Amino acid sequence: MTIDVESLATRLRSVLGPAGVLTDPAQLRTYECDGLLAFRVTPAVVVLPETAAEVADVVRVCSDLGVPYVARGSGTGLSGGALPVADGVLIVLSRLRRFLDLDIANQQAVVEPGVINLWVTREAAPYGYYYAPDPSSQQVCSIGGNVAENSGGAHCLKYGFTANHVLGAEVVLPDGEVVHLGGAAPDHPGYDLLGAFVGSEGTLGIATSLRLRLVRLPEAVQTMLAGFHTVEDAAAATSDIIGAGVVPAAIEMMDALAIEAAEAAVHCNYPAGAGAVLVIELDGPRLEVEHQFGEVERICAARSAFETRIAADDAERALMWKGRKSAFAAVGRISPDYFVQDGVIPRTSLTAVLAEIGRLADERGLRVANVFHAGDGNLHPLVLYDDDVAGQAAAAEQVAGDILDVCIRYGGSITGEHGVGHDKAKHMAHQFSAADLDTMQLLRCAFDPRGLSNPGKIFPTPRLCGEAPGPRSGVHPLQAAGLAEVF
Amino acid sequence: MTGALLELPNAGVGLRAGGPADAVDGIQPAYVARPGSVAEVAAVLRATAAEGPSIVARGGGTKIGWGGPPRSAEVLLDLAELTGVLEHNPGDLVVRAEAGLPLAALQDRLAGSGQRLALDPPEAGATLGGVVATAASGPRRLRYGTPRDLLIGITVVLADGSVAHAGGKVVKNVAGYDLGKLFAGSFGTLGVVVETTWRLHPLPATAGVVLLPFDGPDAGGALVARIAGSQLVPAAVELDLPAATGGSGRLAVLFEGVGPAVRAQADAAAGLHPEATVDAEPPGWFGERPWADGRVGLQVSLAPAALPTLLHALAGVQREFGLAASVRGRALTGALEVSWPDTDAVPAGLDRLRRELLGCDGSVVVAAAPTARKHTLDVWGPSGDAMGLMRRVKAQFDPAGRLSPGRFVGGI
Repeated sequence: MTIDVESLATRLRSVLGPAGVLTDPAQLRTYECDGLLAFRVTPAVVVLPETAAEVADVVRVCSDLGVPYVARGSGTGLSGGALPVADGVLIVLSRLRRFLDLDIANQQAVVEPGVINLWVTREAAPYGYYYAPDPSSQQVCSIGGNVAENSGGAHCLKYGFTANHVLGAEVVLPDGEVVHLGGAAPDHPGYDLLGAFVGSEGTLGIATSLRLRLVRLPEAVQTMLAGFHTVEDAAAATSDIIGAGVVPAAIEMMDALAIEAAEAAVHCNYPAGAGAVLVIELDGPRLEVEHQFGEVERICAARSAFETRIAADDAERALMWKGRKSAFAAVGRISPDYFVQDGVIPRTSLTAVLAEIGRLADERGLRVANVFHAGDGNLHPLVLYDDDVAGQAAAAEQVAGDILDVCIRYGGSITGEHGVGHDKAKHMAHQFSAADLDTMQLLRCAFDPRGLSNPGKIFPTPRLCGEAPGPRSGVHPLQAAGLAEVF
Repeated sequence: MTGALLELPNAGVGLRAGGPADAVDGIQPAYVARPGSVAEVAAVLRATAAEGPSIVARGGGTKIGWGGPPRSAEVLLDLAELTGVLEHNPGDLVVRAEAGLPLAALQDRLAGSGQRLALDPPEAGATLGGVVATAASGPRRLRYGTPRDLLIGITVVLADGSVAHAGGKVVKNVAGYDLGKLFAGSFGTLGVVVETTWRLHPLPATAGVVLLPFDGPDAGGALVARIAGSQLVPAAVELDLPAATGGSGRLAVLFEGVGPAVRAQADAAAGLHPEATVDAEPPGWFGERPWADGRVGLQVSLAPAALPTLLHALAGVQREFGLAASVRGRALTGALEVSWPDTDAVPAGLDRLRRELLGCDGSVVVAAAPTARKHTLDVWGPSGDAMGLMRRVKAQFDPAGRLSPGRFVGGI
């Protein structure tokens, strides 16, 4: 498909003015990738709308001209979900960053999509509330991006994911129509389209305002760092804690290699010689936290924790978390290059799966550092490699992909929080059947029959809306027409 | 429509003629199919796809009277034989079970592992599939949410007989669209739910309940607001305002967890009112729907802090239309339930109530009502500017419109 970039840009300038439309190649290249640097595509045009109405106008222009578009928040995503489309428009939402309403009586906040995750808590904290989903990038990532990816974070073990904390959305559909899903009240008559929209990775439309649930700040928080000689002991302690009926706010695990990296980067002073550490946090009513914390301490001791430390104050708590939250970047200290993987397994399979990951890495002479949300079985293996060594990048990519197949084999998922995006579309057919994927695409066809909104993401093959469901054979019509590629 | 359907017994699928007891809001199905497996459900839908009879799925039948009266219900799909618990690994706090399994039977089984599915709709005999299809919930939604929040995987049979899964059996999972949320509360209009996978929670060690009286809408609202703004972490806050009391109601505040914490929280809650009482068990009315057969049952949803607006509006409707309301519900969540007598004033009263709640994002859905009354009402009420999109979703999933036609919003 070819488009006349100049006439597209002219139409866009007529709605945004000249300052809101970028076509200079040097400026466009700034936006060629998101947080996943491995994939880069330069878009035809980048637009910087400042209001919801301007977003709708831009989408209408794209719809009129049949031009695909991709929405982008802060660009921190790790699955290429905001990877631009060549010949398409990249709609950057970071100028929509107004805080529209703080409604303490209803424990809700209304924000524009470019608002940064942590700002919501900053606004609500003086009133005793916070916004619970806390992805590690929360100082820079946007609420709009969180909604697109259904972002998690360390504390979603107890409090749930973005989908459990978004109450309403104003959405620009791919034909430019504006609809309101959910709202201040809990149960709106009709399909839960909000539930389907959250986590749809920008393929169903663009949210221009979000109504968020605020959570009361807990009366008490206690955080513990426990050092174990082996990953097996740490995993067993995790299972015992959950099995004892404790629902911690978070249980995070790092293995020896991840600890080494974090020490090198942020000097978090984790227990020396540990094969694994757990960061365990409990929150809630004071007596409940105290009671359960005692139980957690006993379990860790029974599972041979050789050192446990309890954060005496917020500063010590922050230091415990610093090692964990900076782990991805820290791996740069011990390896020139690395892949961040995101997979999920049933928690009880942790030890077996880590052994398999170790074998996969050994077979190819690579190292894998493991950082994960142990409480919900969400693994983040970091596959280390050196791009200057011939063949290592390909081997590392292979290991990263094989890890996903292990996750599927153990009944898990190819992504717990980073999304499918561009990166994992090819793995979707390993986790889901053709009928599953066809059924999901029925929803896509209802929202976006022409496939203009973030094409090429999530699904391994596009679906021509209106075609009869069922097995397809031969070359897909879109492919034959040169409109789509098979990844 | 009979040809392909009558072949089904040859494939082992139970089939019989429908009777009066099978009627859905007065519509008696010609046939009742009783498949014994997911494959047989798929066989029923596939075999009838060409001739296209209308199909209404039924689980325990406890909420078959909810929603709009169907335009047509030629085949009742009885899922009562799909009762298998397919997987339960206690260490993972996840269970996968078939849609016809009664929720109570599942809870009994999970209790053996010290676990529960934290959903508590009151209808005895309700099945997992029916709970999903109606998004039914109870008091503990305050703490744990509704079916959409705990459902982590789903298997459905579509109108053409294809079988599709979404989600999985791990709690944290963002691969693909979350069709579980789409199907939760869809009243059988998109497909037939055949298997569900759930996030579980540990059974609490102890419980404590505090009963707090209030007098009048504003006092009730103020009491609820004090609980919401406190450090209390209740599992449920139920409101009960019987019609006969003239505005005097009570709240039952439920705490669950470890003993010392429950006692301390209950003591703190009791401090909110001089006449508070503390009990170990919830009262009998706790979580029960306020309506009985022959009455009109409403599900009201509004911004949580607008509770006094609802109570004032109901008092106004009573003055003008003589409809004395009994109110129950989840006071902190904005999800409440109302029972009215079944009189000719109901349509006008409903219209008035809906208008009074517009300012607080309110909606009123008629859950239960005598069939004759239902035909005089807009059961679902207005559904906002996404109605067109909802119709497009329906058209994609069920292009012929054969699944539960007329039961859902906008006549879907």
